[in-house]
Amino acid sequence: MRNFQQARWDEPIIMEMGSEGERGVLMPLAEERVTDAVGSAQSLIPAAMRRKNAPKLPQMSQMQVLRHFLRLSQETIGTDINIDIGLGTCTMKYSPKVHEQFVRSPKMSELHPLQDESTVQGILQILYETDNYLQEISGMDKFSLQPSGGTQAIYGNVAVIRAYHKANGEDYRDEIITTILSHPGNAAAASTAGYKVITIYPDKDGYPDIEALRAAVGPKTAGLLITNPEDTGIYNFRIKEFVNLVHSVGGLCSYDQANVNGVFGLARAKEAGFDMCHFNLHKSFSSPHGCQGPAAGAQGVVAKLAPFLATPTVEFDGEKYYLQDNGEQSIGKLRKFWGVPQVILRTYAYIRSLGPEGMKKIAELSILNNNYLLKKMLEIEGIELPLAPGKRRLEQARLSWNKLYEQTGVGTDDIDRRIVDYGFQCFFASHHPRLIPEPFTPEPVETYSKADIDEFVAAFASIADEARHNPELVKNAPYKAALATQIDGEGLTDPKRFATTWRAFKKYVDK
Amino acid sequence: MEKKPFIHPYMPNSAPQVQKAMLDELGVGSLEELYEDVIPKDLRLNRPLDLPQPLLSEQELKKHVEGLMDKNISCDEAISFLGAGCYRHFVPAVCDEINGRSEFLTAYCGDTYSDHGKMQAIFEYCSMMAELLDLDVVSYTNYDGGQAAASSLRMALRITGRTELLLPKTMNPDILSQIKEYCQHVATITFVDYDSSTGLLALDDLKGKLSDRVAAVFWESPSYLGTIETQGEKIAELAHQSGALVVAYADPSALGILESPANLGADIVCGDIQGLGMHQSFGGGCAGYIASDYREEIIAEYPTYMYGITTTHNPGEYGWGRALNERCSHISREKAKEYFGTETGLWAITAAVYLASMGPEGLRELGETIVCRCNYAIKLLSQIKGLKANIFNRPVFCEFIVNFDKIGLTVAEVNAELLKKGIFGGLDLSTNFPELGQSALYCVTETISAEDIEKLAAALTAIAGEGRIK
Repeated sequence: MRNFQQARWDEPIIMEMGSEGERGVLMPLAEERVTDAVGSAQSLIPAAMRRKNAPKLPQMSQMQVLRHFLRLSQETIGTDINIDIGLGTCTMKYSPKVHEQFVRSPKMSELHPLQDESTVQGILQILYETDNYLQEISGMDKFSLQPSGGTQAIYGNVAVIRAYHKANGEDYRDEIITTILSHPGNAAAASTAGYKVITIYPDKDGYPDIEALRAAVGPKTAGLLITNPEDTGIYNFRIKEFVNLVHSVGGLCSYDQANVNGVFGLARAKEAGFDMCHFNLHKSFSSPHGCQGPAAGAQGVVAKLAPFLATPTVEFDGEKYYLQDNGEQSIGKLRKFWGVPQVILRTYAYIRSLGPEGMKKIAELSILNNNYLLKKMLEIEGIELPLAPGKRRLEQARLSWNKLYEQTGVGTDDIDRRIVDYGFQCFFASHHPRLIPEPFTPEPVETYSKADIDEFVAAFASIADEARHNPELVKNAPYKAALATQIDGEGLTDPKRFATTWRAFKKYVDK
Repeated sequence: MEKKPFIHPYMPNSAPQVQKAMLDELGVGSLEELYEDVIPKDLRLNRPLDLPQPLLSEQELKKHVEGLMDKNISCDEAISFLGAGCYRHFVPAVCDEINGRSEFLTAYCGDTYSDHGKMQAIFEYCSMMAELLDLDVVSYTNYDGGQAAASSLRMALRITGRTELLLPKTMNPDILSQIKEYCQHVATITFVDYDSSTGLLALDDLKGKLSDRVAAVFWESPSYLGTIETQGEKIAELAHQSGALVVAYADPSALGILESPANLGADIVCGDIQGLGMHQSFGGGCAGYIASDYREEIIAEYPTYMYGITTTHNPGEYGWGRALNERCSHISREKAKEYFGTETGLWAITAAVYLASMGPEGLRELGETIVCRCNYAIKLLSQIKGLKANIFNRPVFCEFIVNFDKIGLTVAEVNAELLKKGIFGGLDLSTNFPELGQSALYCVTETISAEDIEKLAAALTAIAGEGRIK
């Protein structure tokens, strides 16, 4: 077993660092001929708007700023430096380094979004081709690459559902159906747009309950938002029946493909009859997750819904690429300008580096990795795989430590802290509500090796062993993390102790 | 001839030997056996995807992608006067150094113990933004300034229980489009006129439109059309008298020299942090912020993650976690305040590095250089016959309007001529603001030197001369 110790710098809060007069970076000053011509800056700002008190920012030299943030970076476990199998549903795959060279090139980073189209033909071509590739991967007819992230793409699809029904004079449709094991962003996006949300639970076999759906659909149904496979890795084999049922009452069906890793090249939204889908391009299409973004979502629809997509889209007239305003029916803008083009550039490079065979291999090897991982994990005493017994999972699975918990009192949250001591990022338990007790959702994507998976399993086997022989060891973890003392959780739940800034903490909490 | 196995550097188990060992362990003979009973046959795609054949070597991929990107002409290769919500501010090297660190670049949603450094960095971002804005509560960064504005307005609607929003007629059209889409079922939008001679919000019109239905009055500092709005306090007084909240959209790059709207009575301040260390990246550097006073009824309505600070039993030791998290949709699904998702964490960390590097003096210098050079540009352009620069003749920060009506050329024609001279002219406003005629929004930041401005003036002098002759 690895004898791991995370960096622990015990770094002060930056608000207490530096000293008066130190400078981290100097700005260019206005030329003498400029100030001669226009006068001082102060004279150019209306008195009412002149800042009275300078902001109380730290005053630090450059090396000290760099060192502080480098130390904080070392207290962070990125995918690049660990076997990041634990964060299931997040698709923590390798993000190729050559892509970082592309996005950091001035040919990308120094483009203004409102430049003349003739000066941005390269990036427009990449946006256009990526749209085409995503059409092929999903079977949808048109994409908008504007959403800033996956859930915004879901929201975009909900907005399209709303606009479509409105255009047809059916805005009395005020219900959206989803499943409890679809990403909570679906329920939230629907309610944000004003819909009542109906949630379908699994049947006794662990599949979304088709009888519950049958009871839920009706004249008020606007649409279905559903993930497949769900967070459990269970593939809903009746998905086409689900879609047909919703279509039969005039609703639209939107496929949450935030994580498409398990079905690339194997199955598409089109063949299951969906009207729309979305991809999280930072997940399956491999952009680094950046401490939660910048991300990008792709929103894909069938032809009859294309006029409703976010505006503009990128088109090609045979000679040049251009931005096309979508006109009156469009839902408008989801984001300023054209989305998050760095992520689209990485998506383009990723698809081009893999090709048709490579894309299918992503799915096949992530399924292989997951099934191999499950076989090994289930050899550990105390872990189980609830729901859909005997059925294979695709790219991820929701396991349960409930048996171990009942036997030892050590639960999934304890294990989640302890695993950090072994040199792994903490894992994803489950979205809420925790339908499965003591949940654990690993996702061993295709970029992890057999040896990686073996090491991952061995760490959990060791923790399960610790739980039986020395449960306090697990419950009091972590010991080797950057922060190795358990926090006072009430500081995060008590509104009286709430502080997201140092000044609020000093003023209201640490008085 | 036997088909060569597909071995890819991003997929270790594409190597046949290890793949076979894993399949053997599972007791299956092929990859397909693992899913053939899972995905029904009629849903399976029984042909290869119609995608281009792969560029398998990294060298070929690089050549191909760089070949495409070489078709772009970047702002490094021209003089750009484009702004309008995305700005070419200088990016200190330390910003790129830190956001390129593998640890930050590739981390995600890890928590208190494993990502202690990430959480501290984001807390520090919020803490420094709080000082810049002079407010106590700052949210985790959200998608962009437009989403921040839309969410701030939804917050105001929930807090007041009212149903109307007053927005300035001068506002950013992209952000307006976002707000319209986001608030359509919960609010009506009414526009407040601007004074056609000053570009400032028309207070009489505001007075007439305020009522007990109005949840929020929104104003921009500076306005989308460049003018520094000076009536913040008056706007707040009027809004508060009728029980409405004030939501102000503030450019943080200006706050080294301009007063924070918080000190002019704004209840919620929001905006975009792209200028704080992010490259333009064709718009991809945008990220939103929302901030407010420490008022329970406002705090309860924030829709995104908030990384709260808490203590441990060791004196002086802190840890962080998601605070008051039942607000958020990952916990509360449809009962959450609004949806949210993976937003722009790396840009929060980058802005933290930027603000720590700049300090109060750096931000003051930044603001002063911009204001001086922007006014220098106005001065030089005003001397060109037929051009009207800064049509509202009011103080500006980094943007101002140039009108071309008198030279008989459209903005599009002027910009086409400028482009031939290696200059990206200002944004054409004639579609979104037809009442301004052939006008363009010019942006001057600290990256534009006096010499650049002089080149622009020379180019426009020549173009205006030809225009008048035509």
